[in-house]
Amino acid sequence: MSQLEKSSLTFQCETGNYHTFCPISCVAWLYQKIEDSFFLVIGTKTCGYFLQNSMGVMIFAEPRYAMAELEESDISAQLNDYEELKRLCLQIKNDRNPSVIVFIGTCTTEIIKMDLEGIAPKLEVEVGIPIVVARANGLDYAFTQGEDTVLASLIQRCPTEFIEKKEKTQTFFSNLNLFTKNKENLESEKNLKSLPLILFGSLPELIANQLQLELENQNIKIAGWLPTKTYLELPTIEEGYYVCGVNPFLSRTATNLIRRRKCKLISAPFPIGPDGTRAWIEKICSIFNIEPNGLEERENNIWKSLESYLPLVKGKSVFFMGDNLLELSLARFLIRCGMIVPEIGIPYLDKRYQEAEINLLEETCKKMNVPLPLIIEKPDNYAQLKRIEKYRPDLVITGMANANPLEARGINTKWSVEFTFAQIHGFTNARDILELVTRSLRRKNYVQSFCEKELVE
Amino acid sequence: MKLAYWMYTGPAHIGTLRIASSFKNVHAIMHAPLGDDYFNVMRSMLEREREYTPVTTSVVDRNVLARGSQEKVIDNITRKDKEEKPDLIILTPTCTSSILQEDLQNFVERASIDSVADVLLADVNHYRVTELQAADKTLYQIVKFYIDKNAKTKNLELKKTKIPSINLIGISTLGFHNNHDTRELKKLFSNLGININCIFPQGAKVKDLRNLPIAWFNILPYREIGILTSKFLKREFEVSSITMLPMGNIEFNKFILKISNFLTFKNEINFILNFINKNTRKLLNLNWIKRELKSNQNRKKAIIFGSSNHVATLAKMLSKEIGIEIILCGTYCKSDSQWFREQVQNYCNEILITEDHTVIGNQISKLKPDVIFGTQMERHIGKRLNIPCGVISSPIHIQNFPLGYKPMVGYEGAKYLMDLIYNTLNLKNKKNTFSLFKEKITIT
Ligand code: SF4
Repeated sequence: MSQLEKSSLTFQCETGNYHTFCPISCVAWLYQKIEDSFFLVIGTKTCGYFLQNSMGVMIFAEPRYAMAELEESDISAQLNDYEELKRLCLQIKNDRNPSVIVFIGTCTTEIIKMDLEGIAPKLEVEVGIPIVVARANGLDYAFTQGEDTVLASLIQRCPTEFIEKKEKTQTFFSNLNLFTKNKENLESEKNLKSLPLILFGSLPELIANQLQLELENQNIKIAGWLPTKTYLELPTIEEGYYVCGVNPFLSRTATNLIRRRKCKLISAPFPIGPDGTRAWIEKICSIFNIEPNGLEERENNIWKSLESYLPLVKGKSVFFMGDNLLELSLARFLIRCGMIVPEIGIPYLDKRYQEAEINLLEETCKKMNVPLPLIIEKPDNYAQLKRIEKYRPDLVITGMANANPLEARGINTKWSVEFTFAQIHGFTNARDILELVTRSLRRKNYVQSFCEKELVE
Repeated sequence: MKLAYWMYTGPAHIGTLRIASSFKNVHAIMHAPLGDDYFNVMRSMLEREREYTPVTTSVVDRNVLARGSQEKVIDNITRKDKEEKPDLIILTPTCTSSILQEDLQNFVERASIDSVADVLLADVNHYRVTELQAADKTLYQIVKFYIDKNAKTKNLELKKTKIPSINLIGISTLGFHNNHDTRELKKLFSNLGININCIFPQGAKVKDLRNLPIAWFNILPYREIGILTSKFLKREFEVSSITMLPMGNIEFNKFILKISNFLTFKNEINFILNFINKNTRKLLNLNWIKRELKSNQNRKKAIIFGSSNHVATLAKMLSKEIGIEIILCGTYCKSDSQWFREQVQNYCNEILITEDHTVIGNQISKLKPDVIFGTQMERHIGKRLNIPCGVISSPIHIQNFPLGYKPMVGYEGAKYLMDLIYNTLNLKNKKNTFSLFKEKITIT
């Protein structure tokens, strides 16, 4: 309770001994998002084994990803990296003919200092396919940060002028022009001039469209989105454009947009939960001097539609062990729903990129009159489990390694990774978050009532 | 460099972790980057494990890269020693630590001065051995360490048990149907009046290992894990082993006869022979399956692929007991290929040894068998080609960890296999009947 009096959030840092997925896992969702891409993970059996097992049945669907498995002769530099990669790229070109190959550098390529950034431009010319290099390894990053490294690398491939883009499209895929033209016609009908605003973060098409529609309702039409459905459609980014992120783990991408492309970052809370979505839109509106229209009503309606869930979570406590960087936004939303959050574990916190989110979190705590959570960067799972045992929260949001053992100790859990793959952005998907959060709470209620009934009858 | 989409066996450290986490009160510390502890997820999910997986990481990050692990590994070992009080801590190298070339052995020696637990460095090289070889090696390393240690302190038990007894070697976590097989074998030995001296690594404590020499002989159902250990026990204590998978009727009877060779008293042997007779006759009931399959058309053609052990045994069973023609028989266990060839050459038309799933995929689509018995990968190949497939070997998948009792060995195992074989073969027939009426019905 002593925390109630505190005026601001407490940040701590632990040992960094926690479970999370390797950032190369981002290929699993990025190859699906960017439909003409091919991801080549240059690593060892360890990386391959992880991907194979974590992707589940996706692996049998001929995914557009592969391992370039390094063997002992590669490590001892008996083989020439350039020649080896060229051989594999040509094979990929033959089999799949992608518009871009993304090289994912791993721990091993870091340690043996394989010069992927140096090799790629030469190979690109020789093979005739753009090659983008992203170093998404477990030495430097956690889980979702993998996407951050890929998007950060894609920035340099975004065209600067419209003409350049058109030319590029023509040379690579001349019949695509037909399609682009149609689309332009369609869009001009809507009679909205696009603002110099680029959104970044990979979302499923449907969700991206929903967010775009929400903005269009405020008369905001964006100039583009990074990433796009195909590599060939990457948006034009001009100096002075505004950029805004849709996910909390994209700090490198944000930094690159600011430094390399001289863009201006709109620091807003993330559009997760109706409160976050409203704040996100409002912030964007404020930049372009647009008076937001009907947002408050829209938010209230969403909260109303959530009424059946809220009693289930009200007053319950939820503990975030931390592994995917969505933790702050989710915690903020759940506090707004009436939950109490004793601790938020998070792999890495960029206080500048997440500034608006942190502020909203603090405001929400005050508004709901609950204690401020303790925010722990690089948590220590062992210490956390001790704290969980002591505190016994109603729900622990955690990775799959700890979920079953916690359940066996009578503590409700929810797999954190589901939040990464579920649709949680925008007004309409708030329900999905609560669906996830309440599932195990509901199960417990059900089982308990069942047992009691059995006992009584 | 090679382009790879799929692997039949995992990296070496998975093998070591499988052994370490099978023992009770043994903790493994991986020297690895953040994110390589995926083993914990698999164990927790697939085995539906109620305990925390006793595996932690001494994280290799940028700092370690720049300045070396220094005291970090040692600190992590001594910390775990205090927190969990394990009997043994195994430092587990990964692909990353293999190229960093730090002197992990030195860390281990220094850490063991300050810790109550014994500390070992798993002696496995990522680039040279597979998951299975590493598991075999690690098991041997642990057994040897405790035999030597107890020999020094004169704590080794050497006097054979009065009643016939065995050690059951190689049962491990994440093994294909291991737990069910173990239950079936336990039942069998209790029926035969044979005591089980020690089952390991699964569920064993390292302090039990000093009793290993008192068993009359060893049983090794899975030749992938335990061979090194069994050779060691033979060398040191003259304890012999029966290394075979008692899967299918004929193999199982052979297995029991072999057991009888180890027994000394006439009446025990007679008891066993009676046992075989009685049970075989019971099983003869299963002949209806054979008859039905035979009446069903001409000889069915099958392709079998998986671990050397399961494939070789199943090949014999299908060919001798059911009369299926095996047009191709293959394994991904390269290191065991010689044994494999010897076992199957008389029972199949073609032998294939490969770790590349596209090779076996191509063979399947070329040879068009009526049925496949393989791993998850072959199941999916079968799905694509519309050929039914029964899963008979790892790589594993949540479906291969059934909650119901499904052993592969012994008499119960024979029944389960008959079901599996019969259902798999008939899947296609049913499909065809269905499709007479409606275009798209898929049975999965
Ligand atoms: S942590 Fe490093 S070695 Fe492990 S899977 Fe990730 S990139 Fe590969």
